[in-house]
Amino acid sequence: MPDKAEAFNLDEFLQKHFHQMSEEEIQKTLERLTRQYNEKYDREDFSVVADGPQHGVKFAYALNLSKCIGCRKCVHACVEENNQHRGTEERGDQVEYIRVLEMEKGSLDVEKAVHDYDHEVPAEGKYYMPVQCHHCNDAPCVKACPVEATWQEPDGIVVVDYNWCIGCRYCAAACPYWARKFNWVEPRLPAEEINPDTHYLGNRPRYKGVMEKCTFCINRVRKGLNPACHDICPTGSRKFGNLLDPDSVIRTIIETKRIYILKEEVGTDPSFYYFFD
Amino acid sequence: MFTGGRRYYLWLAFLSVLIGLGVLAYYRQTVHGLGVTGMTDQVSWGLYIANFTFLVGVAAAAVMMVIPGYLYHNQEVKGGVLLGEMVAIGAIVMCLLFVVADLGRPDRMWHMIPPFGKFNFPESMLAWDVLVLNGYLLLNLHVPGYLLYKRYRGEEPAKWMYLPFVYISIVWAISIHTVTAFLYTGLAGRPYWNAAILAPRFIASAFCAGPAFIILILEIVKGWTRFPMGNRVISFLRMVVLISGLINVFLLVSELFTEFYADSAHVASARYLFFGLHGHNALVPWIWTSIVMNVLALLALVSRKFESRGVVVRNIPLLMLIVAIWIEKGMGLVFPGFIPTPLGEIVEYMPSGNEVMVTLGIWGIGLFIMTVLLKHAVDIETGEVSPPDK
Repeated sequence: MPDKAEAFNLDEFLQKHFHQMSEEEIQKTLERLTRQYNEKYDREDFSVVADGPQHGVKFAYALNLSKCIGCRKCVHACVEENNQHRGTEERGDQVEYIRVLEMEKGSLDVEKAVHDYDHEVPAEGKYYMPVQCHHCNDAPCVKACPVEATWQEPDGIVVVDYNWCIGCRYCAAACPYWARKFNWVEPRLPAEEINPDTHYLGNRPRYKGVMEKCTFCINRVRKGLNPACHDICPTGSRKFGNLLDPDSVIRTIIETKRIYILKEEVGTDPSFYYFFD
Repeated sequence: MFTGGRRYYLWLAFLSVLIGLGVLAYYRQTVHGLGVTGMTDQVSWGLYIANFTFLVGVAAAAVMMVIPGYLYHNQEVKGGVLLGEMVAIGAIVMCLLFVVADLGRPDRMWHMIPPFGKFNFPESMLAWDVLVLNGYLLLNLHVPGYLLYKRYRGEEPAKWMYLPFVYISIVWAISIHTVTAFLYTGLAGRPYWNAAILAPRFIASAFCAGPAFIILILEIVKGWTRFPMGNRVISFLRMVVLISGLINVFLLVSELFTEFYADSAHVASARYLFFGLHGHNALVPWIWTSIVMNVLALLALVSRKFESRGVVVRNIPLLMLIVAIWIEKGMGLVFPGFIPTPLGEIVEYMPSGNEVMVTLGIWGIGLFIMTVLLKHAVDIETGEVSPPDK
């Protein structure tokens, strides 16, 4: 198992906040990370990029509650795409960004939801509501962070700098969507299961003691692809696109469908919508 | 630190053992990560933050003696003030250590310090908390430090050197607990915490448990040293404890009424805490123990029957209040805020052995600091030590 704990690295220790680094420093950091990951996971094909946001793009997500069948394929595709901690035996704690709630028909109350259902889906009398980071435009997690280790990018994606986070978990307490996941132990990531195409602010391997979360698959969407959860969905419940493009699928949905915003009363102005057929 | 009786050394030795075990446990935590605690993504703060919250209250309570002591020149209280401030120093150090123990990456603490780091001020309430706690520590180091130094030199302290800081520290003491309450109340996604009554309740319970803690220390100092202290300090503090305790219970009743009578969806955490939810009830025995102890202790204080009794009996109600409020802050406030999660999942929390050992270790450090500071303050005040040139 390539679960080596990293040796102390001075460059890593002294690394500046992402926003304080010059272009050149970012390049150097990306090279160092690529080297470190290749070494740690005994591979040669790691790529760590830091593609920036595109002008005129503001991402948003919509999920069709009439169609979702609760199969959790999105959950697993997400784990593989984003190089999450696969869990240890003693804690059984695989990191998952998406939690699929089995909801009772006739209610939108998440407190009546079942989280650990383990039967054939869809079940009679139930409907399904996957919840992940809502990429809020007034994000309580961003406000909470004492060191600005998490912020919203101009294209709407809320990201974490895993090299800046101090692991206080105040953001996790602040999140109304339970979207932030912490690395309680050294993440276990088998080398053969790694996705080597990574983004600095996204799916690159994480460290013990830092926070992580859904980034709409920043490594994919900044290249014009859709998030992994979107592409794997067998029912077509998941829609993704650019809010600023009047012809985008996301705009059509918002303009023509009935929209439901989870916990709208908390006032965080999410970029994630539920809709019905 | 180097002169003292057998009891003093035995106590320090005992604390050193606690500290040693705590250091070992903390080392284990840094190697394996916070996974060695009982915390999870569902309940992501536990024993450390609970103790932190409680101790902020103890630290703030020193002000209860500062007000009459310095402001109204109540000489008898003044002697106690010094000791209260020593307690505050120990408590603040513990607060800071509990926050550090809770960090996933303590090696990156410098990220908070400008200009190298990025300090999210004034946005983040945690940034505010870091500021007010460290500021309070400095204030509490300066005022008693200066007064004791002057006393040690046998000189009269200059008012301008300490009085302005005394006034500041009074406001500052209220602020540390208010900001700590705002840390919780500012989170709209956590209905159990997102209540305006939390800050007043924090202050009330702090001014109950804090002075109770200080009374216990004063009793020890009074019983075991020649420190000149009349009964007025202690009876003044007992009154503070009683009144704050009654206000605290009143605020609790107001909160419970609103939660349970309205019976809205917001009641889930409170219901979990007091009665259990869907068969999960780990905190129920704790909170009822706390409430029963709270009420019994306040009745005992109201009746004033125990005041003239022996040193053990008269302090039992105070000890009960300290324990009751400690439970209220941890099991009653921090943990149920996470249960159920914002997505309605119920995962209970139980601290791990390693976590308990780190916690005891930090208490050991705090009590060690308090003991040594108090010992020296007492020695200087009683004139048992004086500068070599006099």
